[in-house]
Amino acid sequence: MNIHEYQAKSILRSHGMMVPPGEVAETPDEAVQIARNLKQFPVVIKAQIHAGGRGKGGGILLAQDLDQVRSAADRILGMQLITHQTGPEGKLVRKVLVEAAFEIEREFYLGVALDRASSRIVVMASAEGGVEIEEVAAQTPEKILRETVDPAIGLQAFQARKLAYGLGIPNELIRDAVRMILTLYETFVTCDCSLAEINPLVLTKNNQLLALDAKLNFDDNALSRQKQIAGMRDVAEEDPRELEASENGLSYVSLDGNIGCMVNGAGLAMATMDLIKLHGGEPANFLDVGGGASAEQVTKAFHIILADPKIQAILVNIFGGIMKCDVIAAGILEAAGQTRIPVPLVVRLEGTNVELGRKLLAESDLDIIAVEGLAEAAQKAVDAARGGPV
Amino acid sequence: MSILVNRETRVICQGITGSAGSFHTQRALEYGTQVVGGVTPGKGGSQVLGLPVFDTVQQAVRETGANASVIFVPAAFAADAILEAADAGLDLVVCITEGIPVLDMVKVKRFLLDKKTRLIGPNGPGIITPDECKIGIMPGYIHTPGKIGLISRSGTLTYEAVDQLTKRGLGQSTCIGIGGDPVNGLSFVDVLALFEEDPDTDAVVLIGEIGGTAEEDAAAFVREKMTKPIVAFIAGRTAPKGKRMGHAGAIISGGKGTAAEKVTALKDAGIWIAESPATIGQTMQQCLAQN
Repeated sequence: MNIHEYQAKSILRSHGMMVPPGEVAETPDEAVQIARNLKQFPVVIKAQIHAGGRGKGGGILLAQDLDQVRSAADRILGMQLITHQTGPEGKLVRKVLVEAAFEIEREFYLGVALDRASSRIVVMASAEGGVEIEEVAAQTPEKILRETVDPAIGLQAFQARKLAYGLGIPNELIRDAVRMILTLYETFVTCDCSLAEINPLVLTKNNQLLALDAKLNFDDNALSRQKQIAGMRDVAEEDPRELEASENGLSYVSLDGNIGCMVNGAGLAMATMDLIKLHGGEPANFLDVGGGASAEQVTKAFHIILADPKIQAILVNIFGGIMKCDVIAAGILEAAGQTRIPVPLVVRLEGTNVELGRKLLAESDLDIIAVEGLAEAAQKAVDAARGGPV
Repeated sequence: MSILVNRETRVICQGITGSAGSFHTQRALEYGTQVVGGVTPGKGGSQVLGLPVFDTVQQAVRETGANASVIFVPAAFAADAILEAADAGLDLVVCITEGIPVLDMVKVKRFLLDKKTRLIGPNGPGIITPDECKIGIMPGYIHTPGKIGLISRSGTLTYEAVDQLTKRGLGQSTCIGIGGDPVNGLSFVDVLALFEEDPDTDAVVLIGEIGGTAEEDAAAFVREKMTKPIVAFIAGRTAPKGKRMGHAGAIISGGKGTAAEKVTALKDAGIWIAESPATIGQTMQQCLAQN
């Protein structure tokens, strides 16, 4: 799960991180009020969306007085902000963070993430702050300092010192830097983060270290024990179909093609998308109905797939294991009967009780293209989506 | 022969009194697996499916002589169940549970470092040696005994591959789903090493997916240590960057972990690639014909 910058900063502040003073506003009036309370200029007005690259897209503006605060907030709030992470349609800005601005001497990167290869948490730091850290990692990996954490004892002060000195932090600020590094790690662990980044961590002209921008992502599997964080979820930032799917225990990812997919199991669902592509088509989505999909869930899945206006055909691919094919076929028939599916529906069943399942589909008066082979199923779906004979 | 499990394996089920635990214990018994008991704290002394239930894994091991366990407890308690099984000295723990917080698994991995226990999973279908021992949720009847080993990060895609093998007369020595989470127990490399040593495994099917570097690590291992032929399929060639594709581990992050990179690494190690999920069995047949 993602949260906004202002939420990340409030969590970090509560753990003792040094962040610029500021608050979130939903109207220009509120923005002006916050700026007035800050009692200092300039202030920065930052669009709050779940995407990076906001500055280049015009979503971050500096203001020297209250009038400028008002006009900046007015300009950003309600804008459709387009960045390299939002897609061409951009994202509607509903909130801005108004905070004190500082003159910057140097910028650093600080991040905590899971290193899958070692199954451990790794703390990363770089003197190349403010830029895309992924580019630094790809082009000059030696510029990223890394400390791997032993989970039995957690991040140690000496490791934070190694990073701080490695960054070339001025001597008098080493203690502050160490505290920030330890705080970021501690936040990561206590909040079940999947990523915690301060980018940039800045050294200001008046010799102060500050977390100028912050990003926290969370492990979805841990949200049940992180109630406060789960409450920060901003559903307006999420794809409505992905949201509806997750509320119904389905895993759905929207894609650009025109063939809707409904599959049981994540691996098979990905493989089915690949197969469609291999046969010259384009999948419209990833959709995993899970191991024990009920008729109700299958109905929901059809509903979500059909809400995508690009859909020209649907491919259902189920390998019945514990879940029997006849039960699934009955679910498909019930769902298809209720939903009225306006596009060709290709169904491929395999596994437990497959004969019974296929018989049910064959005997139904619904217009279903039932196929046996996996490759054949993909080919039929691709043909159907093109509007040709199947 | 086979790897990790056979007809001698004595299994207990952690979470046997739950619906998934009792359902799959019944299926395992029907398959012929030696399930010898179960564990549910607070239910010790009772019976499920005629099997004794214990409060702790330690008691269960002492009373039944179990050497393996399968875990069906809810995600919030699953890491603790794995730790308990390792503490009790079991050789093998198979964790089926999906949705375990990743930081719990980081601690589990650390705890397992100096234990003899091997962990399979979590968030996978389990392990089966056809006609001998089934520990997990896979449908037993699609498997047939034979000489092909199979390792996968997936569930139903594994069944698909097994089904293709069986229909082409290619039986399996042992099939293992190592799970779809970013931090898990046995890796591809661990299992490949076991298959390489197993005299009754002639060739291996490896089913990977986007995310992480497990496939690249496997490729490096194969290049240096493996003599047996391998066929691989990688799921997720069409997956977009930055989106979690169902499995917590199936995500292309920071531009790393793409299917294309993995396929290249595997090909460079001399591994046969099934370009389509529909041709895994066929590719293995071609591979065997040439070896």
